[in-house]
Amino acid sequence: MDMHRGIGNRRGEPWHADEAMTTPFPRRFSARTRAALAVEKLASSASRRLGRGSGEMIGGKLALQVSPQILTEVAAGRLAACVSGTNGKTTTTRLLARALGTLGPVKSNSGGANMAPGVLAALSRPPYDATAALEVDEIWLPKVARAIHPRAVLLLNISRDQLDRSNETRRIASLWRELGAELPDATAVANVDDPLVVWAASGWSNQIWVSVGQNWTADAMVCPQCANLLHRNPTGWWCSCGLARPEPIVAVTGPSEILWFGRLITASIDLPGRVNLGNAAMAAATARLFGVEVEDALAAMTGLGDVQGRYQEVPLGANGVHGRLLLAKNPAGWVEMMELLNTTPARPVIIDFNSQTADGRDPSWIWDVPFERLAGRTVLVTGGRKEDMSVRLAYAEVPHTVHPDAETAAATVHETIVDVVANYTAFRDILGRVAPMRTTT
Amino acid sequence: MTGESGTRIALIYPELLGTYGDGGNAIVLAQRLRWRGLPVEVVEIPAGESVPGSCDIYLLGGGEDEPQVLAAEGLRKNNAIAWAVTEGAVVLAVCAGYQVIGTSFPAGDGKIHDGLGLVDVETRRSFDSSEQPLPPRAVGDIVVEPAPELRLPVLLGYENHAGRTRRLPDGQGMPLGLVRKGIGNGTPDQTDGIVDRHVIGTYLHGPVLAQNPALADLLLSWVHGPLPALVGPVETEVLRRTRMRALEVSA
Ligand SMILES: [Zn+2]
Repeated sequence: MDMHRGIGNRRGEPWHADEAMTTPFPRRFSARTRAALAVEKLASSASRRLGRGSGEMIGGKLALQVSPQILTEVAAGRLAACVSGTNGKTTTTRLLARALGTLGPVKSNSGGANMAPGVLAALSRPPYDATAALEVDEIWLPKVARAIHPRAVLLLNISRDQLDRSNETRRIASLWRELGAELPDATAVANVDDPLVVWAASGWSNQIWVSVGQNWTADAMVCPQCANLLHRNPTGWWCSCGLARPEPIVAVTGPSEILWFGRLITASIDLPGRVNLGNAAMAAATARLFGVEVEDALAAMTGLGDVQGRYQEVPLGANGVHGRLLLAKNPAGWVEMMELLNTTPARPVIIDFNSQTADGRDPSWIWDVPFERLAGRTVLVTGGRKEDMSVRLAYAEVPHTVHPDAETAAATVHETIVDVVANYTAFRDILGRVAPMRTTT
Repeated sequence: MTGESGTRIALIYPELLGTYGDGGNAIVLAQRLRWRGLPVEVVEIPAGESVPGSCDIYLLGGGEDEPQVLAAEGLRKNNAIAWAVTEGAVVLAVCAGYQVIGTSFPAGDGKIHDGLGLVDVETRRSFDSSEQPLPPRAVGDIVVEPAPELRLPVLLGYENHAGRTRRLPDGQGMPLGLVRKGIGNGTPDQTDGIVDRHVIGTYLHGPVLAQNPALADLLLSWVHGPLPALVGPVETEVLRRTRMRALEVSA
């Protein structure tokens, strides 16, 4: 989770209670917060030592209980940006952290723990003046941003995800809009192609409007401002109440081209697809607020080949087949992935589909995904809800086979590389099996 | 009713009433006709456009509060569906769509809106006295034992709604079935849905016709009379066996 070299990954280091208890914390922190930081350090290193994951959550939770003001205190005196949205926040946070890293040390919750405890864990180690690039859960954004007063907040998109957990997309937009009124010094870096995001960001004092393109529009057909139907054409959207797509100052205009403050620049990063160039544009527009030139930002983003295992190619099973790991956890995400699957020659596709709590228990959203587009490929299905996916594909007239796990599926293909599209817990599980000890950079 | 273009299936306002995958019901009906060699046309009716009265099957799905209100307002502007129903047309309305085809339903702010009145049910957040706390949102797997008259196997689905729906006193129709697992209508009789003439309302997502192909064929037989036999798809049988095992439901 640490971007700052020299502090690095503490995994495997010997652990001493006295070290944790005597580490001096800055005197500007309250006694309560210093105690909370000591508790956090103790808990997270103990948790790591015992092999219970990264320890961020448990340590952060305890520290927040000891000192409710701790987030405000550890964020004071540093520049911070928050990244939120349904899709792309982990990737965009990583890209932003790399861009901001051209200026100096950066703290980031790159492990994907994106509620208050995860954010706190990212900010709880020195240097306490390091810039922060923070991924924040959509619902948690107001609470976290009120505490840390970020310089910029990236508002990526709002679409259906885990409907049985938080069922109103407009409610999230409304929370974000109210947040803007409380942060007069912050700038919203906002996606003009998502009407919910535009309405939310319009409540802020400052905006940088970015067009990332959006393939998925089904969640924003109703005006968030007046609840009438939105009008759309290929270049924009508008409502009779006056809410309309703002003119973007930054826009993805081609597979490797960005409109950047009035000029066209060539831009490419190693992460594939238009969706990731959009994420890069959002991150670069934010980094510019912190003083990073776009050329430097893009150069720093290039070289990031995978994010938490996404897009990386891993050995799958014992037969030498490699799988490129792709995450698609909702209809909008799947539609983006369809574009990435358009390789030549077409690779076999393994779909690994679960419906655990973190995925959303209701698997019916797969009927909103145009799986008909997979016709003609070799398709293999696995996961906890493989039978539901199999019925979906049957009705899409996509021949497929069903397997107990991705490795078994891979053993049946003759190609050397396959694409593996998994949703949240399926992705986590497969990564845990094929690349359990991978460290992030 | 079926003209030369084949069976016409109207998918009503998919951008408002398509939040929970219920557009899949149109895919299932269309494929089950095509696989039998019968012509079919799926007509998507975008919100804001008037609904034709000439379709054989009307599908309404689930949606969030504001889209649901907008959909009801749009559909009340012409009573094409009500007219078609008197001519024998089939309606399948799920969740928010089910509430909309009743006489009235609540919006997110608690305000009561008029429905289409196609079936004699009304929806509220609660029918308990106002001193009682509101019941929790009904979210989870749902299993319904269908009314015996329908001659259907057990119905499997997923529900996600805050409303409670009851039949009006002396209202027409009968419940779709008895709830074996889940909430459904959320009334003391432990029922889900309504069946009246060729109109079915239910809280079952899934989509309901993907998980329950016999129900899909029942709707199609209401349009066509007896249908040519269709085996499979075998994937559906596997899915139903798997779900019944997971939900510990016996056939
Ligand atoms: Zn409007």
